[in-house]
Amino acid sequence: MRRENLLNAAILLGFIAVPLWAWVADEPFIITLTTRAAILALAGVGLNVALGLGGLVSLGHAAFFGIGGYAMGVLAFHAQNYLPLIEAPFLIEGTKSMPVIWLVAILASALAAVLIGALSLRTSGVYFIMITLAFGQMLYFFMISWPAYGGEDGLSIYIRNGFPGLNTLDPIQFYAIAFTLLLAALLLVARIQNSAFGLALASARQNPTRVTAVGIRPRHLHLVAFTVSGAITGLSGALFADLNRFVSPTMFSWQTSGEIMVFVIIGGVGRLFGPVLGSAAFIAMEYWLDGVSDYWHIYLGAVLLGIVLFARGGLIGLIAGREVAHD
Amino acid sequence: MTAILLIEQILNGLQFGVMLFLMAAGLTLIFGVMGVINLAHGSLFMIGAFAAAGTAAATGSYVLALMASLSAAAVAGVLVETLIIRRLYARDHLDQVLATFALILIFSEGTRFLFGSFPLYLDTPDLLSGPVTLPGGIQYPIYRLFIIAMGLSIAGGLFWFIARTRIGIQIRAGEVDREMIAALGINISRLYTAVFALGAALAGLAGALIGAIQSVEVGMGEPVLILAFVVIVIGGIGSIKGALIGALLVGLTDTLGRVLLPQAFGLIMDASSATTVGASLASMAIYVLMAGVLIFRPSGLFGGTT
Repeated sequence: MRRENLLNAAILLGFIAVPLWAWVADEPFIITLTTRAAILALAGVGLNVALGLGGLVSLGHAAFFGIGGYAMGVLAFHAQNYLPLIEAPFLIEGTKSMPVIWLVAILASALAAVLIGALSLRTSGVYFIMITLAFGQMLYFFMISWPAYGGEDGLSIYIRNGFPGLNTLDPIQFYAIAFTLLLAALLLVARIQNSAFGLALASARQNPTRVTAVGIRPRHLHLVAFTVSGAITGLSGALFADLNRFVSPTMFSWQTSGEIMVFVIIGGVGRLFGPVLGSAAFIAMEYWLDGVSDYWHIYLGAVLLGIVLFARGGLIGLIAGREVAHD
Repeated sequence: MTAILLIEQILNGLQFGVMLFLMAAGLTLIFGVMGVINLAHGSLFMIGAFAAAGTAAATGSYVLALMASLSAAAVAGVLVETLIIRRLYARDHLDQVLATFALILIFSEGTRFLFGSFPLYLDTPDLLSGPVTLPGGIQYPIYRLFIIAMGLSIAGGLFWFIARTRIGIQIRAGEVDREMIAALGINISRLYTAVFALGAALAGLAGALIGAIQSVEVGMGEPVLILAFVVIVIGGIGSIKGALIGALLVGLTDTLGRVLLPQAFGLIMDASSATTVGASLASMAIYVLMAGVLIFRPSGLFGGTT
């Protein structure tokens, strides 16, 4: 456990030192790359609540990532074109303010997670995997065939949304926002993990029958975990859209769900910092391998297979050792 | 809406459903017998289509192309099973999802490396091209009728195979109790490889059949794979009968939804917004169907208690 804490500190230090070095060396591309890693790590932290803490293998988290992205896209689209979002019964206008967008993204994806979770959690095991996948695809095809917000082409937002007191177009300042939100999410998940709810959730993963016997309904715990998980992933979707200043149905695609899951697995399922290390490793690999070969997905696939077959527990498990008395 | 158009669309729906059945049958067998969730099944579909397109381009023979698709997919299936999937039987579903996701990356990029990013085309053979006049004066492509006939006869053959042959009995026994049939002296790992190869060959055949209707390209397998998942979730995992009924339901719902929903909304709103709303909802129709089935039967129409 102590080695894991040291490793976590090292990961955080890396996430502070690399962008600072890039800032000093005037390498804005590296800052953007690190921002991408931080935002995708946030998505992974969200998925890890369902996957790692709850044991719910969701292959549909792209749904929440996309909803967060479109929360940003739709609000900013209305603001930049001076079109009101709703006129009757009362006027709602679009907005370019990040905090408002985040709030909407969190609420919308939490609502979607409650609905999808309530239906999907009636099932378990493989059925759950396939149903979450299918719900993700349902939203994907809906966004493609719904022309109001760009359909298949997506929406471009010309200027990055604003945050009071900061210049979000400056890469290092936008990175600071993303990193702060990542830290806040990690803090929240750490609190959840050690709370009564988190302990009940862990027991429900390990022995649902016993949890039921002491009078707790696993399905309720799972629904709450799934909702929190969806909300965090939704927030990261809004940030990701702001990073690219572009949203498209690709955010909903099942490859996105797969990649978010890959971050969690590469890093280590159920480890607090697993998704953070995983996404950093993924982005670094993408960056290096893309320079080596056009067909870098083959290497990515091979690395992934290697991790699944030989390094259970992911990178954190490999470095810090497997957790004892777990599962 | 004329009756002729409706019948045409029903035939299209059947053709789509039959193709989904070929995919779903393999998935459901592999899951039912081995307990493995195989995301790479869509890659086997793609391999079948590419093998067929490559063979047809080289030899010009459609029959050879179909045989090439069957054998290429079966060989790929045997390789995947013996090298990778075999290590995953005892693991949880998460590991299986991840490993087969990795396989998709490898297969897709490998195919792109071998064949390039441009789509290939597979021509329908002369004998099967052109329309045929059905009773009632409906003009319908022979090739689509051929797919329907192929699919239904394979479904029939599969039912016979599972119900009547020795291997079929072993497969059913394997679904019920793996340890027991191993204890009775049946070589379980050979049975697993055979089931995997059978499922892969069916997926490859589906790819070859569809390859003549649409273009053969990298990534063609995954949309079909996800629909096949919907099929087996609706039908109940492990049930061939469920896969057939689910596939036809999904095929018909999707095809008819795309035609009927815009028209239904046309009755209550103007034409252009009816098309928009109808098309958006039609693209979601099968998922709504799936959610509806699961609310009433969480383990599918013909699923056991899992």
